[in-house]
Amino acid sequence: MSRHTLSVLVEDKPGVLTRVAGLFARRAFNIDQLAVGNTEVPGLSRITVVVDADGEALEQVTKQLNKLIHVIKIVELAPETSVQREHIMIKVRADAATRLQVTQAADLFRASIVDVSTDSVVIEATGATEKLKALLDVLEPFGVREIVRAGTLALGRGPKSMSDRALRH
Amino acid sequence: MSKGQPISPALMANKRTGTSPAERRAAGEASGVVVPEVPGDQNVVEPVSMTGSQAVIRSLEELGVTDVFGLPGGAILPTYDPLLETETINHILVRHEQGAGHAAQGYALASGKVGVCIATSGPGATNLVTALADANMDSVPMVAITGQVASTLIGSDAFQEADIVGMTMPITKHSYLVTKSQDIPRVLAEAFHLAATGRPGPVLVDIAKDAQVGQMEFSWPPVLDLPGYRPVARGHSKQIREAARLMAQAQRPVLYVGGGTVKADAADSLLELATATGAPVVTTLTARGVFPDSHDQHLGMPGMHGTVPAVYAMQQADLLITLGARFDDRVTGVLSTFAPGAKVIHADVDPAEISKNRTADVPIVGDLASIIPELTEAFRAETEEAGTPDLSAWWRVLSGLRDSYPLGWTPTEDGLLAPQYVIQKLSELTGPDACYVAGVGQHQMWSAQFVKHERPRQWINSAGLGTMGFAVPAAMGAKVSQPDRVVWAIDGDGCFQMTNQELATCALNNIPIKVAVINNSSLGMVRQWQTLFYDGRYSHTHLNTGHDTVRIPDFVKLGDAYGCATFRCEREEDVEATIKAALEVNDRPVVIDFVVSADAMVWPMVPAGVSNDQIQIAHNMTPEWVGEDEGAGA
Repeated sequence: MSRHTLSVLVEDKPGVLTRVAGLFARRAFNIDQLAVGNTEVPGLSRITVVVDADGEALEQVTKQLNKLIHVIKIVELAPETSVQREHIMIKVRADAATRLQVTQAADLFRASIVDVSTDSVVIEATGATEKLKALLDVLEPFGVREIVRAGTLALGRGPKSMSDRALRH
Repeated sequence: MSKGQPISPALMANKRTGTSPAERRAAGEASGVVVPEVPGDQNVVEPVSMTGSQAVIRSLEELGVTDVFGLPGGAILPTYDPLLETETINHILVRHEQGAGHAAQGYALASGKVGVCIATSGPGATNLVTALADANMDSVPMVAITGQVASTLIGSDAFQEADIVGMTMPITKHSYLVTKSQDIPRVLAEAFHLAATGRPGPVLVDIAKDAQVGQMEFSWPPVLDLPGYRPVARGHSKQIREAARLMAQAQRPVLYVGGGTVKADAADSLLELATATGAPVVTTLTARGVFPDSHDQHLGMPGMHGTVPAVYAMQQADLLITLGARFDDRVTGVLSTFAPGAKVIHADVDPAEISKNRTADVPIVGDLASIIPELTEAFRAETEEAGTPDLSAWWRVLSGLRDSYPLGWTPTEDGLLAPQYVIQKLSELTGPDACYVAGVGQHQMWSAQFVKHERPRQWINSAGLGTMGFAVPAAMGAKVSQPDRVVWAIDGDGCFQMTNQELATCALNNIPIKVAVINNSSLGMVRQWQTLFYDGRYSHTHLNTGHDTVRIPDFVKLGDAYGCATFRCEREEDVEATIKAALEVNDRPVVIDFVVSADAMVWPMVPAGVSNDQIQIAHNMTPEWVGEDEGAGA
């Protein structure tokens, strides 16, 4: 099993996310990460899915996804040829004694402090999975109270546009 | 992974101005994809004001629908009102919505047209679920229209509310929830286009009550908006040439023919391909009849209850020419041991079927209606100089097996009728112009084996889902679409008790189907497995309908109560006369209670979970592979 990032261009219709997610579930795929949002084309949304799968199973699920009427195009984005970013917010215990250490750690990872209270800070960070894991490792000793993260966003490198190419003809 | 070139009327509206439908079609054909097109005559209707429910009926009329099966209820009531006025649509009031669903399937399978059923919200809609799942498995083109509670009430657990779109997502090709009256014509036109094109399948259109009641401007034809739907029409010519190259070299080819060839109406071109190649043909459960049983190259049905030569041919083949089949587990047995020496050509309209179960060496995606003739042409070109391969050694082995292991049965030990005899006689006396519709179980397998299947759409059954109770309502649908054909429902006593209420529908609407109940007083196929694999421990398979039982229900009395002509037949010497008498009745449905032995079993059989090499011709008897070495062609 290996990690794959799929970009799925879909019509922005009610139920489309259910159809896509349901298909993964039905074929016994675990979705690691999922991000959905509208695109530069009105009426089109883009779903970024990260799954663990071997090649043949991935090919089958991709073909099944393609059969969904609301799915317009699917592209697998390889790490080398795409930019992939995760977004995380972490609430860390930080009182007067430790706050400076915590903020310095955040600075080292180019993360931002977006909320401060007497006993905690909220750190917001963006980056590749490995970087965020390293940040979490560093913060762990201070006491991580809450974590929330959004699914990976991925975009192919270079001037090409997925939706432009999908709709050109 | 790309879906190729999208064609979106909405997104391309500016580019399309001034192009006629014919020009668009030509452009689409040139690029190898099916162009979205409003089905029917495409009459031009200038905008006219009407209600959503009037628009439903008007759209069905414009789509060319002539028959629908349904049952009204609260949320679909508005749509039933204008049904009173239509002059072109014949609505048949069923007794259970599942019956409407299977009737739509039978209608579609017998005619190739899209079958239509209508139900109300909630329980009406959920009663369609089995039929939708069945149609999805067997790629049956149908449109189900359901009423839904008003859009203002959706999500409030209103009376008879059920999220039928959510429930049926995994078992439909597509589904719609319509909450705006104005969307109705476009959605229905899209639904019919989706149901019938590409790999056919069921489409659900769930229409909120306020959308049915609301006013809208009806015009025709609507503009379809399906940017993500581009079924491939033409097979790739390079792949077809590659397939022909393999076919020209194969020593032990088999044409593995599935239900897709029926859906593509490809029987004639299949015959031509088979004749050109001289290769043996096997037809799967959904493909029975697409290649005539009487043809010398036909080895019969493959799989769990297939013929010995058909199963053997696939196991020993060096090339499977797979046409519209999907390597179902009931065909392959244990997949890893299936046809171990064969290369695979796989032609199918659905790219997801290619290499799903068995990796294809030569995949061809597209419509078999064009692929099969192109394969024939390419094969002829490929063999023009060197000649066609010599298959005589292969045929010597297969003919030997066919002679040694013909389909047959042993006389029953309890003196009761042999079910196989009944079914064979039924076919002999009625002929291939009739339709034969089966339920699921032993009677279905015997019908697949002993009815002489000679033409496509002669045989209708529930294959993939295996829905007991399919036969009576599906036969009703088949008879509505083929009023001039005799339609036999060959049913089991278990199946018959699931859906026989539609006999009332048949009797009242002059749909004179004929039902042959193969009454072994048990859930026969389950009982067979209990005999073979559970030491004869018959857990809950006895139904008390047959010989020497209380006969609850008595099928003769039951048929009588439903206004049918009824017969009971218990002796071999009466079979022929009973069938002839049944064939004489054409003014009402017929029910024959054929009281047969409960111990008759379906043979040959590949036990579940083993290789097809372990096929048994009777309990614990395997064929001797006469001439195996020669057959292996080493």
